[in-house]
Amino acid sequence: MNQQKKLLICSGASCISSGANKIKAVLEEQIARHNLTSKFEIVETGCMGSCDLGPLMVVSPEGIFYHSLKPRDIKDIAEKHFVNGQIVEGLLYKDPVTGKQIPKIDDIPFFQKQTKIALRNCGRIHPININDYLAVKGYQALQKVLHEMAPEEVIHEIKISGLRGRGGGGFPTGIKWEITRKSELKLEDQTKYVICNADEGDPGAFMDRSILEGDPHSVIEAMVIAGYVIGARQGYVYIRAEYPLAIERLEAAIKAARKYGALGENIFDSGFDFDVEVRIGAGAFVCGEETALIHSIQGGRGEPRPKPPFPAAKGLWNKPTLINNVETLANIPVIILRGGNWYSRFGIESSRGTKVFALSGDINNTGLIEVPMGTSLRTIIYELGGGIPGNKGFKAALIGGPSGGVLTAQHLDLPLDYNTLAKTGAMIGSGGLVIMDENSCMVDIAKFYLDFIQDESCGKCTPCRIGTKRMLEILKWIISGKGKTNDLVELEDLGRLIKETSLCGLGMSAPNPVLSTLKNFRDEYEAHIQEKICPAGVCESLRKTTKKPKAEGGVK
Amino acid sequence: MKKKISFEIDDQKVEVDEGTTILEAAAQIGIDIPTLCYLKDINAEGACRVCLVEVEGEPRLVASCVYEARDGIKVKTTTPRVIKARKQVIELLLSDHPADCLTCIANQSCELQSLAKDYDVRDIRYRGERRKIPIDDLSPSIVREPEKCIMCRRCITVCKKVVTAAIYDVNERGFNSFAAPATHDSQIDTPCTYCGQCILTCPTGALYEQRQDSEWVWEALADPDKHVIIQTAPSIRSTIGEMFGMPIGSLVTGKLVAALKHLGFDRVFDDCFGADVVVMEEGAEFIHRLKEGKRLPQFTSCCPGWVKFAENFYHELLPHLSTVRSPQQVFGALSKTYYAEKMEIDPKKIFCVSTMPCIAKKFEAQRPEMTVNGMWAVDAVLTTRELGQIIKQAGLDLKKLPDEEYDDPMGYASGAGVIFGAGGGVMEATLRTVYEKLTGEKMKEFQFKAIRSDSFRELELEINGQLLRFGVARGLGNARHLIDRILKGEVEYHFIEIMACPGGCVGGGGQPIYSHKDRWYMQVNAGNHRGNALFRADEAKEYRTAHENPAIQKLYREFLGEPMGKLSRKLFHTTYTKRPMYSRSKHVLH
Amino acid sequence: MKVETQPKPDVIKGNENYSRLDKLIEEYKEKEGSLITVLHQAQKIFGHLPREVQIYIAEKMGIPFPEVYGVVSFYSLFSMKPRGKYTIEVCMGTACYVKGAQHILEQLKKELNVQPGEITPDRRFTIETTRCKGACSLAPIIAIGKDIYSKVKPEMTKDILNNYE
Ligand SMILES: Cc1cc2nc3c(=O)[nH]c(=O)nc-3n(C[C@H](O)[C@H](O)[C@H](O)COP(=O)(O)O)c2cc1C
Ligand code: SF4
Ligand code: SF4
Ligand code: SF4
Ligand code: SF4
Ligand code: SF4
Ligand code: SF4
Ligand code: SF4
Ligand code: FES
Ligand code: FES
Ligand code: FES
Repeated sequence: MNQQKKLLICSGASCISSGANKIKAVLEEQIARHNLTSKFEIVETGCMGSCDLGPLMVVSPEGIFYHSLKPRDIKDIAEKHFVNGQIVEGLLYKDPVTGKQIPKIDDIPFFQKQTKIALRNCGRIHPININDYLAVKGYQALQKVLHEMAPEEVIHEIKISGLRGRGGGGFPTGIKWEITRKSELKLEDQTKYVICNADEGDPGAFMDRSILEGDPHSVIEAMVIAGYVIGARQGYVYIRAEYPLAIERLEAAIKAARKYGALGENIFDSGFDFDVEVRIGAGAFVCGEETALIHSIQGGRGEPRPKPPFPAAKGLWNKPTLINNVETLANIPVIILRGGNWYSRFGIESSRGTKVFALSGDINNTGLIEVPMGTSLRTIIYELGGGIPGNKGFKAALIGGPSGGVLTAQHLDLPLDYNTLAKTGAMIGSGGLVIMDENSCMVDIAKFYLDFIQDESCGKCTPCRIGTKRMLEILKWIISGKGKTNDLVELEDLGRLIKETSLCGLGMSAPNPVLSTLKNFRDEYEAHIQEKICPAGVCESLRKTTKKPKAEGGVK
Repeated sequence: MKKKISFEIDDQKVEVDEGTTILEAAAQIGIDIPTLCYLKDINAEGACRVCLVEVEGEPRLVASCVYEARDGIKVKTTTPRVIKARKQVIELLLSDHPADCLTCIANQSCELQSLAKDYDVRDIRYRGERRKIPIDDLSPSIVREPEKCIMCRRCITVCKKVVTAAIYDVNERGFNSFAAPATHDSQIDTPCTYCGQCILTCPTGALYEQRQDSEWVWEALADPDKHVIIQTAPSIRSTIGEMFGMPIGSLVTGKLVAALKHLGFDRVFDDCFGADVVVMEEGAEFIHRLKEGKRLPQFTSCCPGWVKFAENFYHELLPHLSTVRSPQQVFGALSKTYYAEKMEIDPKKIFCVSTMPCIAKKFEAQRPEMTVNGMWAVDAVLTTRELGQIIKQAGLDLKKLPDEEYDDPMGYASGAGVIFGAGGGVMEATLRTVYEKLTGEKMKEFQFKAIRSDSFRELELEINGQLLRFGVARGLGNARHLIDRILKGEVEYHFIEIMACPGGCVGGGGQPIYSHKDRWYMQVNAGNHRGNALFRADEAKEYRTAHENPAIQKLYREFLGEPMGKLSRKLFHTTYTKRPMYSRSKHVLH
Repeated sequence: MKVETQPKPDVIKGNENYSRLDKLIEEYKEKEGSLITVLHQAQKIFGHLPREVQIYIAEKMGIPFPEVYGVVSFYSLFSMKPRGKYTIEVCMGTACYVKGAQHILEQLKKELNVQPGEITPDRRFTIETTRCKGACSLAPIIAIGKDIYSKVKPEMTKDILNNYE
């Protein structure tokens, strides 16, 4: 053993809440006690994805994966593994289906089936340490862009990569960059702006948080590239206050990047100046909407305004502004280094590349996964996700958060991509994927989302401000047993109005969860109204049914 | 020149400048798309969503007030989808609304009500929770009923952009939001100027003036012990006709007097007489300051909205304000001294009513300084709107009344007093006298016409070898702009007129309100017609300067002595208070 | 007519919190759009954002008070009510909701006898609901300060609260 081994300890927010810091402390102590400091280097990394297994440690380069660690386990590992070279079997991952132990991270189906592009560095490097980032080709894309590529070439590369916005809208990134680049700068204007949207408001999605905690430099690098391409000199990251660790790491990384010369004046001697500032939200989902976000950065109420004009023409302080999501940006450096053609090989027609999904709810392996666009729900749930706990039946997957809808058993084999999902009335959105088993009530979930939306509506326009309130009231009546036959028609009617007439994306998509559950589980609604029964037994004011719930039981 | 674009609305070709919204383009060809939140040039938020139309190729309906037309688009404004959606939006608004039309101030002038009528809403279709928000009726001028607020934000924008007092913003978020002062403070805890422009813009009955004065007037009229007199502000004669269906700019002085006599007022007087006195006093004050070279520029002080604005926002200017009270108060003071003496009536029995274009005058009449010998100078203040209602209650149709004359001794005014209500009028009226006093010559018509304006004007005059600069700003936003330049030392003036309302009192917060979507804009436009009517009345007058007015000469001869004399100072001159912007203690609304 | 009185300006003079606020405003005054940043920091200093603090910020930053309050009342993380020593954030995001977050909230409300946004009589706790802390894999979660408790069950809340003095 002449080569130093790395002990990768996940220090993502989830693992820290599960006690990763304690584990790290004990680990340091043990390494010192056994005089192994020269042989092992402890590296705190960002999220590895399997957050429910935390705290986690990967012994690299072999990739031995220990999970759910307790302080006393570390003593074991140090004595047996580090000193004697024996893997501690009891702490290895056990496949929930086969029951077999899998020692190496890359052999675990949850990781094996993933294609990590946006998450390429998460869980592998120290998030802030710039040398770690440089070791994985960090800032090479920026060097290349600044010294070898014209802005048009960068745009061309992104266009052929087929990358589309990962923030929910799915707008082609290359075209957005091109429009913003071409957007005229008036004489009196100082600059254009680049904004990274890290508001991540969709409850149940946390990929942006993980990227910023685990690999902030890649986002910074992408922002500088974007600035160079569109002709901006100032960037902002708008991040929600609920992510203190991400804010801390991002700010540290920005400092490191400035010191290294990747931010600030005359970046890499190219004559190009660019800097990034962090702005913190204050608890408003609607601030993820780009015009609301702009108002919030300007220090005002986060209320959207009508589009057009789009931010590309009139954005922050009325100057042309490029807004991209964290995950979108994280893809950029690789696309530059490996080429748009390389990226477009992943995924399927019209939806290229990979997408990160946040798996949660009734599923064995919760956490973050990155898969090629077009992967089916079945693969995600039953292969990567390890199936549904207790072998219960799959009932529905909530996708796209409060703007999205439900996918049911009949959608299990559809490819998950922008166009296919649009046809089902759902959407990929930011990639939150909440799995629900047979014991969940769809009316209750629809109410949950509408409650969320109603709470988060900014109140500017009538249909969303009052309309969602009225829809919510109808749902509440249904759940409390006061539903009337006409209610479903009323819901659909109001839903259509709100979608058609609201000012911003929040209202335009607000009725989706209701309309989508109504479409797929109408009988469940009817049971609530006509028989005063909650088939899943969730709604407390209603009786439970003896009927078998509609769900695909026992798929393995 | 702007690029032209052409497109289709309801199969009709339209050609408009690039940047024109569908709403504006439609108006050009006579298609009236409903609106609630839109206010031309002031408010384009796209918030209410009643101006929906269909644009071919757009998946959703679009808000025509903010949607800029593009070459070749096809717009439909009357498809069943559009009509149904508009109606549904109205129904949603009504579902969170008190629907108290019968007892609502805005009954029959409410834009929401008239839309509900036009769209044949026959039922409050959606039922559910309504916002519960207390009423604010603590201020002397404004009442707010936020439950009637439909969140159009017109008041917010007007107060912020036009008045620049920024009293309102949105409170709370989502369903609970409403427009109001911060932390839903009462208006009295704010630097509100009581100009009432927000009242003129509100499409509903959420904002209105304090209303108890009418009742006091009826009671006083019925009280045999009271000698009830009324003064009519200059601008009323060219606006009250509108409340009786007469065209904007109708001059109805004689009919107004007839109506008031019919109502039983013991004497009907002209506030323009008070204005003439103000000219005498303020002119003398200016000449005095000019000679001393002190406290220049002098600012006019006859507008209580502007006075409050200065008291809240520009403490450093207070010494520059003329110390003369407004015509309303000067008149009130005279009514309880000069008039009482002359008529040998116990002044305590005199009940002095004023009828004003203005809601700030209600606040002014209640200022503690505004007393004479322990009595209120003015006992009740009616807005033009309230006066119109009183006349209607009395069963009178203004149109049909014969012309009658004001009473003596405070009914005869010069043309100078009459134009106080119109753009630049106060300055012009004062200059006519000042110029003559200083030069011994009459001012030329063209000279003073140069200062007539509904927003901002300046005039340079050489008087006795000295170049004097005069400025006029109407609308507090214009005033703020001017003041800030003065304070920065960019411009210098000797005398400045400031009136709070756009266009001056003819555009005052107490003037008639139209049941029309462009009501505020109409008001400002109407200002010109209304103001021109006053200038016409001026031209018809035998005497056009205050100092030539025989009634004024008599007043000074028999009673006051000199302008700025001892009695004048006691009766007409006042002091100002430095007011904090926001008091640290607040009144609690229930 | 009831009048609610608040500290007079002379209370402000020499008050350490206000001098910290002064420094803060000095730092951010010239920076465009920094109202929200200042409010965040002010809330840290004062624990909440009472009316007089908002007026103070408004006057010092040259922003109309209604605009400041408009911002304060828009964002859910700003509070005008005093908060307890510890704020218990119950996540009501989707992942936590489907894992039974509302039962935890009910339990906490019962245990502490307060509604969300209110402070307990001993001034120890305030309950707030939040929409996803990004720890969805550990759902349902509650957060107290920097601590996140994962896979919480209603019966665990008592023990958790006992960790806080
Ligand atoms: C109500 C609403 C919330 C949104 N929230 C987010 C968000 O939290 N994060 C995000 O990146 N985009 C969000 N978006 C989408 C953004 O408006 C915008 O389209 C996106 O940031 C553009 O970046 P992209 O092209 O890289 O996806 C939201 C949109 C709406 C309508
Ligand atoms: S749709 Fe909702 S969130 Fe969007 S502007 Fe309208 S009220 Fe605000
Ligand atoms: S505001 Fe309009 S709709 Fe509302 S009660 Fe008054 S008149 Fe009726
Ligand atoms: S309009 Fe209708 S509700 Fe109103 S008073 Fe007349 S009949 Fe009654
Ligand atoms: S009265 Fe004038 S100053 Fe007061 S709120 Fe209305 S518009 Fe603003
Ligand atoms: S008070 Fe009137 S003008 Fe102001 S927002 Fe409400 S409805 Fe509109
Ligand atoms: S202009 Fe205003 S203050 Fe002057 S007389 Fe007319 S109403 Fe009175
Ligand atoms: S301009 Fe006239 S109506 Fe307006 S506040 Fe001043 S005095 Fe009143
Ligand atoms: S935080 Fe450790 S795996 Fe996600
Ligand atoms: S949205 Fe166009 S008038 Fe209100
Ligand atoms: S939903 Fe609770 S942490 Fe994400």
